[in-house]
Amino acid sequence: MKVLRQFGTILVILLLGEGIRMSTGISIPGTVIGMVILFILLMTKVIKLENIDMISKFLLDHLAFLFVPAGVGLISSLDVIGSAWLPIMMIVIISTVLVVGVTGWTVQLLKGRRS
Amino acid sequence: MSGLLDTPIFGILLSVIAFEIGIIISKKTKNPLLNPLLLAIIIVIVFLLGFGIPKEKYDLGGSFILFFLGPATVVLAVPLYKQIELLKKDFVPILVGISAGSVTSIMSVILLSKLFGIDLSVAVSMLPKSVTTAIGMEISKEIGGIVSLSVAVIVLTGITGAVIGPGLLKLFRISDDVAQGVAIGTASHAVGTSKAMELGETQGAMSGLSIGIAGIATVILVPLLMGLLG
Repeated sequence: MKVLRQFGTILVILLLGEGIRMSTGISIPGTVIGMVILFILLMTKVIKLENIDMISKFLLDHLAFLFVPAGVGLISSLDVIGSAWLPIMMIVIISTVLVVGVTGWTVQLLKGRRS
Repeated sequence: MSGLLDTPIFGILLSVIAFEIGIIISKKTKNPLLNPLLLAIIIVIVFLLGFGIPKEKYDLGGSFILFFLGPATVVLAVPLYKQIELLKKDFVPILVGISAGSVTSIMSVILLSKLFGIDLSVAVSMLPKSVTTAIGMEISKEIGGIVSLSVAVIVLTGITGAVIGPGLLKLFRISDDVAQGVAIGTASHAVGTSKAMELGETQGAMSGLSIGIAGIATVILVPLLMGLLG
């Protein structure tokens, strides 16, 4: 029953997130709003880690699996990728190089200046 | 027989088996390019195309699995909460670094898409490429991207970061432990984080912490910057 109650808790937060999104019309996904709400509730100790630990572990351990159906959706856009796979790969690689460089340098620079 | 395809059991079971095969191959070969998720997606697609099974039949089960992504995204707050002490220590450098990295990711996709002249719908789908799949999917939905393409590009970005990330850190002389972790996590989310853990405990924790923050930063930045694509 414990896991069920934990799952219920997460669903309430998710519902709250979706509700906020719908009523305000902001372009932030309800799931992400839910994530922020849970973070705040944890920080303010309204929810303790042990009240959601089992469901969190279960969901996070199986996170990669949950994306399988989303990826299978590619079946409907195989023609798009067929013609654009090379530029897509190029963009992924070049952009990754830039992001690692900019992020790393920024953190290192700001940390170094302080200490 | 074909009646069996009309139950959700088919799509769920096919996904589970495909993912298990993906994990076995990935463990046996230890090749980072053979990511279990990527393998599972390919196996399911080949199976459906090979036997001429319409995607709608698969989706009966697939939608069950997809439902759990919502709660899974909410609990991403847990690893963030667990690392909060580390975040407090270098709050400003980490936050500014992740924001700079997220802007770089989005801007580079926009500029390179224009340079290579790729389709607008493809370019839009690539905008959330550096964030964790759960958040990236939602962003893609929100901005009218092809969600499945976003998922594929996100996984590819993760693999790319895991494979070339450590080499890039050396090349760019990024030697600080915190900077290394944040750089890999911001560029390549959870897949990169598994690699960052091999570099050290601080790198792994920092990379994990960056996933959630980069996700939120990108959620806010994409609608602001995507106008530049048009």
